Parts: sequence; C-alpha cells; structure tokens
Amino acid sequence: MMAGITKIDLARTGNEAMAYAMKQVNPDVVAAYPITPATEIVQLFAQYVADGEVDTEYVPVESEHSAMSACIGSSAAGARTMTGTSSQGLALMYEMCYIAAGLRLPIVMADVNRALSAPINIHCDHSDTMGMRDAGWIHIFSENAQEAYDNMLQAVRIAEHESVRLPVLVTTDGFIISHGMERVATLPDDEVKKFIGPFKPGTMLLDVAKPITVGALNFTDFYFEHRRALVDAQAASVAVIKQVGREFGQKYGTAYDCIEPYQLADAEYAIVALGSTCGTAKVVIDQLRAGGVKAGMLKIRVFRPFPAAEIAAALAGKKSVAVLDRSDVLGGFGGPVFTEVRSALYQKPNAPLLADYIYGLGGREIDMEMIGSVFAQLQDGTAKPDSVQYLGVRD
Amino acid sequence: MITMHPSFEMLRPGKKFPTVWCPGCGHGIVQGAIIRAVQKLGIPRDQMVMVSGIGCSSRMPVYVDFNSLHTAHGRAIAFATGVKLHNPKLHVIVITGDGDALAIGGNHFIHAARRNVELTVILLNNNIYGMTGGQYSPTTPIGKRASTAPYGTAERDFDPCALAVAAGAVFAARGTVFGVVELEKMIQQALAKRGFALVEALSPCPTLYGRLNREGNAVKMIQWQKENTINAKAAAKLPPEKTAGKIITGVFHDAEVTPYTEVYQGIIDKAQGQKQ
Repeated sequence: MMAGITKIDLARTGNEAMAYAMKQVNPDVVAAYPITPATEIVQLFAQYVADGEVDTEYVPVESEHSAMSACIGSSAAGARTMTGTSSQGLALMYEMCYIAAGLRLPIVMADVNRALSAPINIHCDHSDTMGMRDAGWIHIFSENAQEAYDNMLQAVRIAEHESVRLPVLVTTDGFIISHGMERVATLPDDEVKKFIGPFKPGTMLLDVAKPITVGALNFTDFYFEHRRALVDAQAASVAVIKQVGREFGQKYGTAYDCIEPYQLADAEYAIVALGSTCGTAKVVIDQLRAGGVKAGMLKIRVFRPFPAAEIAAALAGKKSVAVLDRSDVLGGFGGPVFTEVRSALYQKPNAPLLADYIYGLGGREIDMEMIGSVFAQLQDGTAKPDSVQYLGVRD
Repeated sequence: MITMHPSFEMLRPGKKFPTVWCPGCGHGIVQGAIIRAVQKLGIPRDQMVMVSGIGCSSRMPVYVDFNSLHTAHGRAIAFATGVKLHNPKLHVIVITGDGDALAIGGNHFIHAARRNVELTVILLNNNIYGMTGGQYSPTTPIGKRASTAPYGTAERDFDPCALAVAAGAVFAARGTVFGVVELEKMIQQALAKRGFALVEALSPCPTLYGRLNREGNAVKMIQWQKENTINAKAAAKLPPEKTAGKIITGVFHDAEVTPYTEVYQGIIDKAQGQKQ
C-alpha cells in the first residue's frame, strides 16, 4: 500500500460492503425496490440517507421497473446515480436496462446474483445477470466481499469515463457473498472521494442553456449508428477498466484486470469460473499442485466487455480446460461462459480441449470435492471435447 | 374422542408446519377465515383456484389444498385473470399483500377492478414489506417507521377499499384479524359475488412493523385493532370527533354489475352471429 493511506479493516457482509461503498461514493440519487438477497444494500443505504450521512436523494419506488426508470431519469438529468437489485427484480428492469445503456447513462448497479423463477428460488446462480449479456452494460463479477467493495468504487470511474459513458453492473453471489461476513479493507472517505472524482456528466437535461432531447426516435436513419456506437464504447471501456484497475493497485495495493489467472502459466489442466466459486477453486488447485498436478484457473472478472483475446491467449497450450457455468443457455449449446470461451478459442492455434460443466443452479452446493472431480475428469480424459455436463444434479 | 380439526381437510397433506409466518403474524388467522368461508359456502376444493404473487401473504397457496398458482411479484391478479377467462366456472381467489397488490402490482389491481373480472381478492394488509425486512409500503401510514424510513415515512398511504371502488370493484370490505368472525362473513360475501370483490384484511406484523413502531407484541397489536376500528354502520351514527383517527371496517360497497366474463361471452356470441 502507498504511504499515507491507511486502510480501515471492517467486518462486513457482501451487502454491507457494497452499501458502504455506495455511502462513500455519496451519489446524487439512489432509486430502489426491495428484493431478497439484495435488499440490505439499499436498506442500509436508506439508513445512511435518514441519518444524514450522505447527500443522496433516495427514491423508494413501487417496483424495480420504476427503480431503473427513475435512475434513467436522474442520470439523464445529470445526477450521479446508483441502485441495487437481484434476480426477478433485475429481470423486471431488463427493458429499462437496455434503455440506460442505449442512452449512454453511467448508472452503477449492484446486483446480487440469484436464480430466476420458476420455480421460485432465492439462492445463487448467475441466470439473472446473464439475461443482461446483450443489454450494453459493463458487467463485473466479484469473488468476495472485498472485491465487491473495490469493484463498486472502480465501477463509478469506469462508467463515468468520457470515452465509456456506459452503465456498470457489479455482482456478488447471493447469500454466499451477500450474507457471508468477511474482513474488508476499506478506504477513508476522502480517499474514495479523490479516487472517483467529481461527476462530470456529458449532455444533460438540467443544462437549461442547452436544451436537448434524450431518447429521440431513430428509425432506419440513425438507429444502426447509435447501436454501433455502443459497440465502440464497450470496446473503448477495456482500456479504461484496465487503467482504473491498475491505478487502484498502485494506490491501494490490489490491482485488478479483466481476467485473473491463478497458477495458470504452467498449468496443463485448467478451469474457467466466475464469482465466489473461484475462491473455493483456488484451495483445490493448491492441493492438486501439492500433489504434483499442474492445475490452474482463469477467473473472469469482467464478463462484459468479454475479454476474448486475453482468454484465448491465457488458455493457449493447455491440455484441457473445463468451464464452470453457474447458469444455462436453455436450448443452446452449453452455458453462457462456455459458449463465449469456445468462440474465443475458435481457430486459435494451440486451443485446448474444452468441456462445459453447468453447476450450482438455484444455490446447489459447489464444494471442493466437486471441483476436484472436474480436474480428475480433465486428467483422465473423461471430460470430452465440446461436452456439456451437469455437476451435482440428481437425474 | 380425538377428531381431526375441520380445517385440516382444506390443508395440504404432508406440508410441513409451522408455516413461514412469524409467531404472532395475523396471516394464519386470515387463512383460517378463508378456509371456513369456503367450507360454509360448500365450494368443492377442486373448484377453487388460489393465485398469489410474492411476499409473506403470498405463501398461503402452498399450505391450502386448492389448485394453486404461486407467481411473480405483483402479478397474481394478471395470472388470475387468465385463469378466470379460461374457465369462468372456477372460483378464483387472489391472495396478495399491500406491497404486492398496490405497489408493484398496482396497475393490475385497478384494471382488474375496472374490467370487473370475477376475482375474490384477499389483500392481507400488514402496512409493511415483511418478507424483505420491513420497508415501507403503499399502506404504511404517514409518519410511521420502516427500515427505509427510520424516522418515519413522508408518503401518504392508499385506502385499498376506496381505490378498488373508485376503479370499479363491485364489492369492497375491510376486516381485521381481531374481528375474525366478521372477516369470515366478508370473505363469504366476496366469494359469492359475481365481479371484482376485495376484502382487505388488517393483519398485524409484530416482527417488523410492530417492533419498528413500538406497538408491542402480537396480542397488543390485535388488541389495538379492537380499540381503533369502528364498523362503518356504527361510525355513521357517531359524531366526527368520535371517529377521528379510527379505522373504519365493514362492507363499503356492494353493487350488481354484469361481470367481465359474461360481457366477454356476449361479444363472442355477437361476433359469431348468435342471438343472445
């Protein structure tokens, strides 16, 4: 850590860590609606508002659709805007989320990953945020509460960067991270303020000297160009995400990138995973390494923009690789992470054998033994190329 | 001789009890009243469909042995409309809460009332979002505390019965879990109505609303209902100062309007060139 900055260790759940980050960001507007297991984030924030610890206008709306609508309104007006939700709440926001990205509004949203209905379930899987894959948002996964806190702060910088101006989704795994208490190293309030800087909105409704229309109709004349501009903004965000992650490391000791290799350089067998499972996998890999197995992992931190080239380079030359997908593409070919990793490797030299393992839907436990069994299958050849298997499901 | 409780025939066999509801929650009392109302009307279990959304009250369909549909937050009335239109002979009862019916599902509530879809809507009003930890809802009285309003809410609350009547409901009544006999009668009346019928059941939430507002335990909260509610008929004879600050209960509205499925069938018959 750099001299002069003393981090403050706090015992925080994932939800508390995200709420605390929001408090330190001190956004102009938060609009939210309660949903398990994300409620705490916005509820704790409501307490900060009530106690006068932030200057935020807090809007407790009547549904998540209204929450994202209110966020779009406030962001378009030129206010730094944040919210939080989960699962069905995010699904109800989908319509508005596409609009937030299309209008290039730098909203930052905390999402606690939870399975989608039906059947109703409140536990973790990634199907809710995977429904946002094509919405135009930047999408950052967290491995633990510390990363959730760090990611929320970085998200503000990334979203508001003038070459990006896109909404950012920061996720944690429902209950596993959201309700698990950890030691979280936090920054002093003034340091957060310095790191994120003042909000400089682009064009905004409240600039009365320059009246504008936001969201005007585009037909065959301009729609395509505006959507293409979104693609360019996603592409441009890569450098910003990396730069902000590097700066965070230089200033506060932990650097971040789009992907995080773990024991991967000389690995023969590797897994690709997102979120809290990566923490469990690291222990398994350490044990396998102690036993002489060259095991490794590629953690994907940033799922959107998808770091295809970096992933292909990191996995090149491995004997076999298993993708762990905590959601499924129903009627498709493998889970969403597998589909994209496979595309990233297509026609690349030294591409490894790639297999998919769908696991943990609706919060089904993923333990060290199960991750160990995946590595065993990679080694003994039972993991077939392009195969999709279901880990831990009763047939 | 030990006999089975008469309500048991309407409860789902094998379902684990106790329920998800906290000790002292009024929702179980409302569930009992619904079961007795159905039994007294002699509606066969198979003719009942119970539809719910999300929230504490919406867990009821998993305990009651009717055909049931547990849906998404706020959408119970929309799902129930589909059920009723497909088979108008079914008794379709919607179990909903103040957040489910009036916030996220507010639009469905007013439009089903406007269309006069024959649904029996039992709105269990506990003045708070219980399941997610006590956020204020559209029926949290102004000034009352919630986890999202630690110093009291600044928003005005809905009167669900007045809202339903204004939107076109043919029946609207408000009862309490203290006055459970009266509540049961209201539910019977609502089930017998042909049209959109609302029964608002005031149900205490001692765990969240009670604690946050220092209203005491469940017994005190139910006692409060006794002391702070006045029946509409009695209230009409009292001077305004005697009813100020009190909650009025009773049947507020009971009208006969051709129900939606009948009007709809008329359009079908007309379109098909048949004489009505």
